[in-house]
This record gives sequence, C-alpha cells and structure tokens, in this order.
Amino acid sequence: MGTVSIRNVNKDYGNGVLAVNDVSLSIDDGEFIVLVGPSGCGKSTLLRMVAGLETITQGEIAIGDRIVNDVDPAKRDIAMVFQNYALYPHMTVRRNMAYGLTNRKMDKAEINRRVGEAAAILRLEDYLDRKPRQLSGGQRQRVAMGRAIVREPAAFLFDEPLSNLDAKLRVDMRGEIKQLQRRLGTTSIYVTHDQMEAMTLADKLVVLNAGRIEQFGTPLELFNSPASLFVASFIGSPEMNLFDVQGTGNGAVRFGDADVKHGLGKAVSGTVKLGVRPHSVVPAKGRAAKHGQLAVSHVEELGVERLIHGTVNGQRCTLAVPAGYEVSDQVSLHIPTDAIHLFDNETGRRL
Amino acid sequence: MAVVDTSTDIPASAEARAKTHIRPPSIRWSVVGDHAILIFGALFMMLPVLFALITSTHEAITIHKEGLQWLPGGEMVDTYSAVMFQQSGFTGNITGMTMLTNSFILGIGFALGKIAISMIAAYAIVYFRFPFATLAFWVIFTTLLLPLEVRILPSYEIVHAMGLTNTYTGLIVPLIASATGTFFFRQYYKSIPDEMLEAARIDGAGPVKFFFDILLPLSRTMIAAIFIIMFVFGWNQYLWPTLITTDEGYFTLVRGIRQILQVWLGSNIPQYGQAMALAILAMLPPVMVVVFFQRWFVKGLTESDK
Repeated sequence: MGTVSIRNVNKDYGNGVLAVNDVSLSIDDGEFIVLVGPSGCGKSTLLRMVAGLETITQGEIAIGDRIVNDVDPAKRDIAMVFQNYALYPHMTVRRNMAYGLTNRKMDKAEINRRVGEAAAILRLEDYLDRKPRQLSGGQRQRVAMGRAIVREPAAFLFDEPLSNLDAKLRVDMRGEIKQLQRRLGTTSIYVTHDQMEAMTLADKLVVLNAGRIEQFGTPLELFNSPASLFVASFIGSPEMNLFDVQGTGNGAVRFGDADVKHGLGKAVSGTVKLGVRPHSVVPAKGRAAKHGQLAVSHVEELGVERLIHGTVNGQRCTLAVPAGYEVSDQVSLHIPTDAIHLFDNETGRRL
Repeated sequence: MAVVDTSTDIPASAEARAKTHIRPPSIRWSVVGDHAILIFGALFMMLPVLFALITSTHEAITIHKEGLQWLPGGEMVDTYSAVMFQQSGFTGNITGMTMLTNSFILGIGFALGKIAISMIAAYAIVYFRFPFATLAFWVIFTTLLLPLEVRILPSYEIVHAMGLTNTYTGLIVPLIASATGTFFFRQYYKSIPDEMLEAARIDGAGPVKFFFDILLPLSRTMIAAIFIIMFVFGWNQYLWPTLITTDEGYFTLVRGIRQILQVWLGSNIPQYGQAMALAILAMLPPVMVVVFFQRWFVKGLTESDK
C-alpha cells in the first residue's frame, strides 16, 4: 500500500523558526504529488522527513499503515532520486542499481531480473557496464531513477531531480517521469521550485510557503481559484496582475476612476487586492467597459503571443495578446468579471 | 616544453605543408630562454646525484686521491654487490640487503599505518556527530605544529618502557598518528556530496558498509597520493630510527649509511665508493615510487570525480 499520511508535522532546527509548520497531508496510493514553493519554504525538508533523512520534531508520518517516525530510511520502503543524482561514481550502472538490493541480501537472479527490467524501461540496456562519468546528464538521471525503480518501493521521492539538466532535456525528462509514474502506478512525492514543472507533473499540488501549506489541490484548482495571494502570484506564468483597489460596498471595486464588477455575491469594502491573469485582461473593444489605460513600457515577443508590460493607474500590469496584435503606446483595458480574483489585503486570503 | 618549432614535424596535410613552406624557420628566444632555465634547474638538481653515481663506480683509492669523478669507472658491479651482500658492521651480520628490507618495512608500514589511522579518524570527524567533534579535530590539527622532534623524548620513554626498542612495532607505531593525513582525508570527505551518504543510507548501507563500499573506493586516488608522500617521508626518517634501534639488524638504509661508513674506517682509506653506492640505493626506491605513482599522485590532488 503506497499511501503516505503526514499528520501535524513540525520541524524545528532550533533557530526559533519552524522549517515545517504544522503540515498535514494525506496522499492516496498511486498519486503524484508535487511540493512546490520558493527556496527555503520547507519543501525539501518535508520530503527528507518522509525519507527519514531528517528527524521529525513533532507529529507523525505514516507510509502505508505503519508509522515511520523512528524507522531507518532503508526500512521505510521508499526510494529517492536526488538533484545531483548521487550515483556511486566507482560502480557501474548495473551495480549502482543493484546496490540497494544486494544490501538487502536479495536473491541474485531476482536482482538481475529487476535491473534488466528497469534498464529496459529506461532504455539503459547498452549502458549497464559503464561508469556514471561516461554518461550524459539525462542518462545519469535515468540511472538514478532506475535505482529507485528496482526497489519497487511504496513511494518514490524526487528532490528537484531535473534542476541539473538543461532546459530542453528537462522538458523531455519531465514527460518521461510522468509516463513512468503512470505506468508503474507508484505513489510519488516530487519537490520542485519550478511552477511549470509542478503544474505539468502533478495529480495534486501542494504550495508551501514559510513552512506552511498555502494550498493543496489539483493544478487546475490552484490555477483557477488560488486560495491566497501567494499561490496566485506563484502559480501561472506570466505572473498574475495584482492591483490595489477600493471596495465600494455594492458589488464592484474602484480601480482608478473606473468601477469593476467583481461578481462575488457579497459586498467588499476597504482596500483589497484584485488579481487578474495576463491572459484574462483584454484590450477593451466595442461596447466593453474600459477599466483603465495601460501605459506601455515594453513588449516581449514570444512567437505565439506578445506580452505587453506597462502600468495602469501607476500599478504594474502585464497583458498577453495574440501575436498579430498591434501595440500602441496606450491600450484600453477590460477586466472580465469572471476572471477576477479578490484577496484580503491584510491576510492575503481569497475573498 | 611542449612549445617546439613545428617546422620539424611531418605536416599532416597539404595545407599544413604549404604553411610550413611559407613560414621561415625562426628562433624564438623566449623558448630558448625558458629551456635554458629549465635545463639549468634540472642539472642543478641532478648533478650531485650523478656525481655520486659516477663516483660510486670507482675504487676508494682513486676517489681518495682524485676526489669526485667525472667519468664512470669499472668498479660498479664490485662496489654495489659489496654494499648489498657483504656482511659488515660491528656484529658482522648486516648487509645492505637487510637495511633495504628494513627501510621498506618502515616506509610501507609507516605509510599504510598513517593512511589507515587518518582515514578512520577523518571518517569519525566528518560523518559522526559526537560531543566535542570540532574540538577533537582542532586538537589533532594543532599537533601539525609539533614536529616529531618536540615529543621525541617522551615518545622514546614510552616506547622504551613498553620494551619496544629494537622492534618494528616500536619503529613504526609511534609515528603513524598523522594530523596531515587526517586533515587531507577530512577535506576530501567534505567534498563528497552529502547526497552520496543519504543515497547509501536509503540503499541500506550502514556506517561500516558505507566506509568500505563507497568511501574507500572513492578515496583511491587520495590514498595513492598520501601513500607516496608518506612512504618517502617514512623512508627518510632518520632521528627516530637512530634512537629506537641499537641492534644493527633493525637498521634502515638512511640510518645505516653513516654507521657503516664509520665502521669501515677500520681500513686505511674510507670506503667512499661504497658510501656513495649506499646513498644511491637509499634514494632509488622513493624515486621509483614517485615515478611509478606520479599519475595517481597528480590525479589525487586535482581530480574531483564525484
């Protein structure tokens, strides 16, 4: 059984700050969970606590239905893939993969079968007798995954496994990892700081900030209804536009000298943050209400689209328009009601 | 040294040939200058050894009359076989061969002992958390400042009290604690990424297994480098063997040269040739070790294969 439950877990390094702060998470068998957040948010620490490489200050972690707080990493039935691969440089690919099994005194024939199988899955058959240094970065990464696969563990733990690869290879490997995980159906926890990687890989996403879970949900849930300002600005590229606006108390907010309907079904007052994604803001055409004038500062050409950067009412704003769109110095904006996210200015929570 | 006038090389292609035809042969004075300095330096280092080697092939009488010799003489086989196999010394039962063997035992035991001790010490310091670990390291490290000579009397007292004078154990064991080695291995272990240890832990390797399966093979080049340094260092030990060995059967070459020469003063003329030969013999093994292990040595100090 490959379920992982994390219950009210804290990690205290003794410096007064909780690296992981009261995190609870329940992961179903076969799920691909991605922990994402900026550096220092505690995502790696949490993963390493699951692996048994860090002690748990408080709370408990269970793999399957066994609480593993005091279980040795080797006996937790997990396998880990590291950012720098951590292959044993003096061992051949075959021995690298087999090492963990040999240590478990597994039957020779069974080891050979598993290594052969993993090598076939990962297209490493021709490299089994090479040393890691004779392999490319992508191949080394595959060996590291092979080492995890042969264990046939309850869960795979990935600690930023693609960060050392170049951009193109990273996209390829991303696809491979996803396919592999589908095929093996093994529960996986994957740590990354790259929101794109997180969105594309995850069945469910955990956004961490300062040791706390900001939001847990499917990539689309997080994208469509971010629970906080932090998630809103972290997920999605280019970043969501956030404007300071005034609640008017009548189903609209005041942005500059325009009223923008928010459709929230309740009145909002005081200063709030209005979030709208660059792809949702549109140039105002025909009878659509104009909500502001974008003073264009520069344009990024991406091929399929152009990103127009500038300011509206003195606040930074990015607008994504189709490639053919002609850009002038000033663009009138329309903010569709259904694309609006409102956040409390103080707590950052979604309204 | 790699800068050589290419006009003397066989051109690899027609194009290259055309090129060499166009370019007139020129003397690059900077290259000549570099070589002159290098050659002078090499001669400066090599000549004394060369003189010793050449002189050792002459009869003692010739050397006594004419001093150092410039040309090889005809006594090489005689001198060297006398030095190696002729029994001499007070007791008359020590040969060059015995001393050579002793030197090897000291050099190898010294080097291997130092490597074993310092590897294990560094392993403890780097990979285990225990109280005062940092303090322990600095205590070890500061002993770097204290050469053998500083502690030689107490060391001698202890070895003597234990009855270990005139034994190989007494010769080797008191010398094998090595701050230098510990420091080198510590630095090396620290350069091995933590993930390697973590991967091994997940793979079910305990402390002993990790040491033998991962750390030891990874340290191969480092071990080779330290072996060379320590072997030469051990081989050249003079003061400690002089103190600890009074039985000629335990004399090392370096310690024996002077002793043997004194004994041979019994004849009318000092056996200069034989002394020179002994010096050459004493020098040869360290040179061989360095030449043989040079590749490993450089690798150990520069390579980062992780």
